Amino acid sequence: MQAVNTPIQKNEKLNANTNGTDQKKTSTDEMNNSAAKVGKTVGKPFATNPKMTMRNVDVFYGDKQAIHDVSLDIGKNEVVAMIGPSGCGKSTFLRCLNRMNDTIEICQVKGEIKLEEMDVYHPKQDVVPLRARVGIVFQKPNPFPKSIYDNVAYGPRIHGLVERKTDLDEIVEKSLRRASLWEEVKDRLHAPGTGLSGGQQQRLCIARTIAVSPEVILMDEPCSALDPIATAKIEELITELSEKFTIAIVTHSMQQAARVSHRTAYFHMGKLVEVNDTKRVFTNPEHELTEAYITGRFG
Amino acid sequence: MDFSQIFMVMAATIAMTFFLGRFRALKLGQTVGGRKSLNSLPTYYGSLMAMWCGIPCLILFALWMMFDDVIISQAIMQELPQAVLELPASERGLIFNMVSNIAENGATAGSEPYMISAADRLQSLRETSQLTLIACLASMFLLILATVWARMSAQTRARTHVEGGFKWVLLICASIAIFTTAGIVFSVLFESIRFFQSVPITEFLFGLEWSPQMAIRSDQVGGSGAFGAVPLFAGTLLISLIAMVIAVPAGLMAAIYLSEYARPAVRSTVKPLLEVLAGIPTVVYGFFAALTVAPFIRDTGGLIGLSVSSESALAAGLVMGIMIIPFVSSLSDDVINAVPQSLRDGAYGLGATRSETIKQVVIPAALPGIVGGILLAVSRAIGETMIVVMAAGLAANLTANPLESVTTVTVQIVTLLVGDQEFNSPKTLSAFALGLMLFTITLVLNYIALLVVKKYREQYE
Ligand SMILES: Nc1ncnc2c1ncn2[C@@H]1O[C@H](COP(=O)(O)OP(=O)(O)OP(=O)(O)O)[C@@H](O)[C@H]1O
Ligand SMILES: [Mg+2]
Repeated sequence: MQAVNTPIQKNEKLNANTNGTDQKKTSTDEMNNSAAKVGKTVGKPFATNPKMTMRNVDVFYGDKQAIHDVSLDIGKNEVVAMIGPSGCGKSTFLRCLNRMNDTIEICQVKGEIKLEEMDVYHPKQDVVPLRARVGIVFQKPNPFPKSIYDNVAYGPRIHGLVERKTDLDEIVEKSLRRASLWEEVKDRLHAPGTGLSGGQQQRLCIARTIAVSPEVILMDEPCSALDPIATAKIEELITELSEKFTIAIVTHSMQQAARVSHRTAYFHMGKLVEVNDTKRVFTNPEHELTEAYITGRFG
Repeated sequence: MDFSQIFMVMAATIAMTFFLGRFRALKLGQTVGGRKSLNSLPTYYGSLMAMWCGIPCLILFALWMMFDDVIISQAIMQELPQAVLELPASERGLIFNMVSNIAENGATAGSEPYMISAADRLQSLRETSQLTLIACLASMFLLILATVWARMSAQTRARTHVEGGFKWVLLICASIAIFTTAGIVFSVLFESIRFFQSVPITEFLFGLEWSPQMAIRSDQVGGSGAFGAVPLFAGTLLISLIAMVIAVPAGLMAAIYLSEYARPAVRSTVKPLLEVLAGIPTVVYGFFAALTVAPFIRDTGGLIGLSVSSESALAAGLVMGIMIIPFVSSLSDDVINAVPQSLRDGAYGLGATRSETIKQVVIPAALPGIVGGILLAVSRAIGETMIVVMAAGLAANLTANPLESVTTVTVQIVTLLVGDQEFNSPKTLSAFALGLMLFTITLVLNYIALLVVKKYREQYE
């Protein structure tokens, strides 16, 4: 089926490619026939004031293609949620945005990804400053086996962000406060970070990420290991953070996507099916696959 | 026929009973409606049959082997002439040896008539014993086989019984190791106690001079030699220290390179190559140290005006360090690989470079495991003998200068026990005391290492 919507800038090439891949045989999967229904992306993949722009991104693991020709913008101070069935490539796509995929040897990324004017995958682009600008929080909390203080101070230290110890103290406190963890840990800053509860650890990881003052924060299912209360805290935090930062969040919880995000992107078997204002996606999705997913017909 | 042949026939027969058991089970199955109605798979019936018939036979055989010789030699001794019986124990033993020699190889010129007759008697007793054993084994086997055959039914819970039997086999194997260790420890302990009766333990532990040779001079019997173990432990410490100074950085760096930097292809060739180092016999390292490294050090020392003895702690330590590299590297490699990828991702995600990640996140996380590995390597270094014998010499110098020759605990134990020794002299007994000390030290080290490693495991599970 053909998409019907939205005039898009620069999308001639996009159209051609998507149609091309559309015809191709996709892997044998239960969703095999649904894959054929993925046309070009419908909805509003582009933003007026983009912080990050992705154009025609393909990702391969060895010979296997995990992302097919995805184009998407993330606007300044916007929260974009990415949803979709397991294995559809959400994490893969997210990890492209700060080149975390570099650690996987067989992973290859094609297409254009830009952080404002910086070409993320330019051969001369150093990943260190890139990752200082685009931070990431993982699904499983992964505090370093160091003290709480050192966990948060780690980023500022390696990037040489501070001159004096008092400055560092200040950054640590500010970041922990932002991550709404300060009250719980202020008396034991020098206790090991691994001794915190799961929810606290995840907030510690968020504090660690924001201590570097990145411009974009990527979150890959940050609440999947947490209880509802910790989840609520982190969702609140995301909303607060979006005043300063740009956020891309992968989540399996549609309620969560609905609560925290401005736009929602629905991925299906490595393709970006639909991007729309969150409200629209959950009340009146444009694409039949999106509708099938949010109404629980598969996923 | 001798015992080994009896054993082989017995083993073959027991193996046959497995098939008998299976056959029996299949037969039983037919009567009650096919294999399905058997309680267990036919192979379990086979194993059960073999177990029941085999174990008693094996036990009987083992007991027979243990007591057969003792009883027969007692009997022969009784029948020797009165004159022989009055001889001291050691000479009687000698005569008995001659008798059994005659029994096996025939009479020689020196054999006296009473010996020849005793030898004949010995021969016939042995034959009787073997025949009796065969008869006992066979009748017991047949009896058990018939009983088990008759009592086996489709309801026999063969699987459960075999499971139980298997547990016992494992238990017996495990206890062999434990009993042996305990036996060694106790024998060393008792001999050490005897040693400490002639040399005070304080002198042994704190004495600064080691020269056990003096004790066997004819006019000085009674432990007038010096038995201060400090120079030996100092030497051991010095050489181990040199070895660790080489092995720890080299092994650790190799491990880091292999686990963090090397491409899989490089890793899969370099790692086995490194482990080949661990497979080289220590004698080979020893002559490498004595013939290549030691002269090289001496000559280089000579060039810059240092006097280096031709056997030096440095040479032994260097080569020992090389020998230990694979221990450190492969243990560290394992623990570094066990550091979860998510920790590395966390550091990379904050913009850390690879070496920063390794230094500040991976190594600290793997540290307890690495320390455990290093401690194991230390106890290996302490126990190493061959390289030191060949490269570091025998002189018990109390020195911290790596260019002099020193000696270690293990080397002294070897020299004390090589050659003719009277078993009761303090010189010989001191070997046991040294062994005990060494054993205690390595035991403590290993224990600490295991504790550390265990703690590390808990952290990530
Ligand atoms: N390291 C890897 N090597 C090879 N293939 C991979 C690798 N990581 C992911 N893939 C493949 O890429 C596809 C997308 O995986 P990805 O992890 O991005 O899915 P996801 O949408 O995040 O799923 P989930 O919701 O379960 O986290 C999957 O088919 C997966 O098998
Ligand atoms: Mg994922």
